Amino acid sequence: MFNFGTWTSAINEALLSVMPEWTAVLIECVVIGVLVLLTYTVLALFYILYERKLCAWFQCRLGPMRVGKWGLLQVFADMFKILIKELISLKGTDRFLFKLAPYLVITSSVVMLACLPWGNGLQIINFNIGIFFVLAVSSVGVLGILLAGWSSNNKYTLIGAMRSGAQMISYELSLGLAILTIIVFAGTMNINELVLEQNNGWFIFRGHIPAIIAFVIYVIAATAETNRGPFDLPEAEHELIAGYHTEYSGIHFGFFYLAEYLNLFIVSGIASLMFLGGWMPLHIPGWDGFNAVMNWIPSIVWFVGKSFFISFVIIWFKWTFPRVRIDQMLAFEWKYLMPIALCNLILMAVFVALGWHF
Amino acid sequence: MSDIKDLIKAINENITFIEGGECLEIQVPDKDWHDVASQLKNDDRLSFDVLTAVVGMDWKESLGVMYYLTSTKRGWDMLCVKVVCDDIKNPFIHSVSDLWKVALFQEREVYDFFGIKFINHPDMRRMFLRNDWVGHPLRKDYDASPEKNPIRLNDEINEDDTVSYVEDANGKVSKIAKKVFEADDYVVNFGPVHPSTHGVMRFRTAVDGEVIKKVDVVSGYIHRGIEKLTEGLTYPQILHFTDRMDYMSAHQNRHCLCMCIEKALGIEVPRRAQVIRVMMDELMRISSHLLSFGCTAMDLGATTAFFYGFREREQVLDIFDKTCGARMSMNYNVIGGVIADLHPDFQKDVKALLAIMPERLKEYHRVFSGNIIAKNRLKKVGMLSKEDAINYCITGPSGRGSNWSCDCRKVRPYSIYPELKFDEVLLDGCDSYARYMVRMLEIEQSCRILEQLVDNIPEGDIRALNVPKIIKLPAGHWYQQIEASRGTFGVYIESTGEKTPYRVHFQSPCFNLVGVMDLCCSGHMIADLVTIGAALDFVIPDIDR
Amino acid sequence: MEVNIKSMKREDFKDNEYIDKLVEELNATGANVVVGNLDKLINWGISNSLWPLCFGTSCCAIEFMSLGAARYDMARFGFEVARNSPRQADYIMVQGTIVHRMAPVMRRLYDQLAEPKYVIACGGCAVSGGPFKNSYCVLPGVDKILPVDVYIPGCPPRPEAFFYGLMQLQRKIRVQKFFGGVNRKEKREEFFAEHPEERGKID
Repeated sequence: MFNFGTWTSAINEALLSVMPEWTAVLIECVVIGVLVLLTYTVLALFYILYERKLCAWFQCRLGPMRVGKWGLLQVFADMFKILIKELISLKGTDRFLFKLAPYLVITSSVVMLACLPWGNGLQIINFNIGIFFVLAVSSVGVLGILLAGWSSNNKYTLIGAMRSGAQMISYELSLGLAILTIIVFAGTMNINELVLEQNNGWFIFRGHIPAIIAFVIYVIAATAETNRGPFDLPEAEHELIAGYHTEYSGIHFGFFYLAEYLNLFIVSGIASLMFLGGWMPLHIPGWDGFNAVMNWIPSIVWFVGKSFFISFVIIWFKWTFPRVRIDQMLAFEWKYLMPIALCNLILMAVFVALGWHF
Repeated sequence: MSDIKDLIKAINENITFIEGGECLEIQVPDKDWHDVASQLKNDDRLSFDVLTAVVGMDWKESLGVMYYLTSTKRGWDMLCVKVVCDDIKNPFIHSVSDLWKVALFQEREVYDFFGIKFINHPDMRRMFLRNDWVGHPLRKDYDASPEKNPIRLNDEINEDDTVSYVEDANGKVSKIAKKVFEADDYVVNFGPVHPSTHGVMRFRTAVDGEVIKKVDVVSGYIHRGIEKLTEGLTYPQILHFTDRMDYMSAHQNRHCLCMCIEKALGIEVPRRAQVIRVMMDELMRISSHLLSFGCTAMDLGATTAFFYGFREREQVLDIFDKTCGARMSMNYNVIGGVIADLHPDFQKDVKALLAIMPERLKEYHRVFSGNIIAKNRLKKVGMLSKEDAINYCITGPSGRGSNWSCDCRKVRPYSIYPELKFDEVLLDGCDSYARYMVRMLEIEQSCRILEQLVDNIPEGDIRALNVPKIIKLPAGHWYQQIEASRGTFGVYIESTGEKTPYRVHFQSPCFNLVGVMDLCCSGHMIADLVTIGAALDFVIPDIDR
Repeated sequence: MEVNIKSMKREDFKDNEYIDKLVEELNATGANVVVGNLDKLINWGISNSLWPLCFGTSCCAIEFMSLGAARYDMARFGFEVARNSPRQADYIMVQGTIVHRMAPVMRRLYDQLAEPKYVIACGGCAVSGGPFKNSYCVLPGVDKILPVDVYIPGCPPRPEAFFYGLMQLQRKIRVQKFFGGVNRKEKREEFFAEHPEERGKID
């Protein structure tokens, strides 16, 4: 399997040979930063088109067709438009927090994006509490949403933000427990080691029953965490106009819009990392020929492909299910999802202790 | 009939009977009106429990109100009560809103249009016009000059203050100021431009957390003054307004107005035209219920189901398009028949629609209402008991969802409906889900009616031949009801024998529907306001007229 | 059936490219290359990403829903992202009658839209008051309170007419100049030769 690490270390050595270490690190940081932001934009734009096309097909429509071939340029037109839209400043808002909120949301999703393992050796930082860090950073996004809702000085945004707060804090529990189940199984929080552990089969197969339950819980909780249907209450279009970002215009709204789609990719990425092996190809122990064929497919394709598949499932939810109500949503979390997740964690611990896994 | 007359006569000696009308008609002086009304409602032998229509009138030398009462227990015969008030400068009539809750809104409408103040009505605010409007537009002496009421671009001040007129023991009327909301209520404003109010309706909602305490309906954002406009136009010219009130029951509304004029003129409509009218009515009902399905689904966030409903609706619209030449606002019925003959493809298209509908209805159930989330959102939400439905006069699918048999096609049959085999859909859920299901089942019944008729369209004229060139109704007044897509639609015409009507009143079903929003929503959550509204399925231009 | 409108010839209905031609002509006579191309790019963006504000008062709104539904599918043009918040929408389609009570609300909605913003008047009522023109509380056309860009007649307009109106708006947008300036460069002397009365008034 090709290791992108050979390229990156080659570049690093080449830089070190011509300049002192601090300049080399500075240049690398800037390049990586630019690359992350580029990837972020391209992915978000791709996701917007992906969702619009998919939802059109679910609804017996064609979706964007006129701008570029098959509407491929549609999102670029949207981006240009959003960039030049007027930024309205409002009377009675908390100016500083109002402007800060979209940046908080987008920063948290950029940082999470930077933690994902894109391919063999394609990872920005690798430290021993990687997945824990991702979970911690994801909470900053909630803060942005709460601030956006509160600082707009509007009743709809306030209700939207409060719903969002209640929802995210509740579902983060199930999300964390589902991830914890897998950490118990893998015995590590290091993202790279998590992927390498799955060399002999993805966790969802190796951990069988508890891993599958954890996967289902994760997907449900992740849907809620990204504010997507059927849990899209914070921006419930038919109740709260546009929820917490009702008062935002122009690129500030664009940030919320991009972050929403990118968060979808990030939760899908984490799902593929925790359950479906990250960039690890599908390996079946003993079938060496098959494994060799799988290794031919580049690792980055594996990772992106798995993430897109899980995103597809989450988009499918959104365009199928009606929206739940706030009390039903919270009851579902606290009465069903979290107890099941807790029991599942114990089940997994028992399985690991007794060695009932592959 | 005669024994009812005797019973009514026994209530009060001041009741006078007016002969020559189409139904039993009495005149009651205002001072006895409330007593008579409570007798009419509460006496078991009379039990006029439904207040069908409240029509404000200006007879130039006096003002008054015509109340149309009917009884669910005694075969739906109409009683027309005329209450007259001679004091034009400061008119007062006793309110009956404590007996029939439907009068809460209806009397506000009369106040808005005629300036008649109702004694003991709890909330005497304007209904449709701005609260700084000058004059009462349906009065015959109304000054319509634009200087009095220019286009005001200043925002209307939220009216939290309301008044009530109460009478003391000596008959002296005094004014009492009231508040709509309490001082510390957190009021969230829904509308007038809000995606789930289905148009420009405004709900001012006092909430406690997410739980609704009170809903204050502010209407009139699309009040176009149709009733006033009709007074200046000839009868064929007023027909097109009905298509633009409840545009989802355009055919039925226009059918009703045509029937009312035909009744006054004594015109017999040819059988072919009757069959065509009924088929169009049922197609319209299917299209309306499909739209309602789509909007309910969309309001609940199931956007995809909306598109499925619209897919079949397009097929119905195609049938209209071919025969009537328009997708909406068809202007198809005329006095004495229909305006044009059926398109040659009509039967083929209707059969194609009938062939796919049963399958598609199952698909809707699979994609939307079979879903556990949708069921949880709709069931036990917006409860409306049968008594309340009758008291608020909630007809149509919403009333039948509360198990009230109120289908005009069955209880007061008209046109060729008595010959047709179909069931009145009644469910006893009393909740949003029942209302939704009634609509879905009614699509099946409409298909059944169409199946019986599609191969049996008789040959013959499409218009009666004896319709006069210049239509003048004889002096008198008529009231006609019909089952529109959303409930019982009524037309009241008063004529003095001129080419133009003296007064036309449209009794729209949606106006009553929006009256129960407060009752249904209180105690539920904000998200339920949306589903209750979607399941009641009101059309705003029909409310505002 | 032959359609007869007195003041407009039948062929004129087919001439939809006149605005495009106008733009070409104007640009040919001298637009700055950099600014001109940037303008083109921005106009391409705005015109292809027109997000409507969900706003309808009566029957036209139902036809607008048909426009979004599968048969007509306005998503093909990228118009489907209907925003409920006026801050995020690009244009208002005034669908239906505007009455006196609605007028200040309508005006406020327009003021809440973020620039660049456009208004389309759909249907007879929004264009001129339509069948309710003589009523005591109906606005005789929404252009009494808002600047309207495109008028779509009909009662209600067919979805095809909606598309025509929207495409006409796209064409109009392609003429506008984001960076300011006039569309045609005219020599000072040429201008004064044509308009001698302006000499001395403008310096």
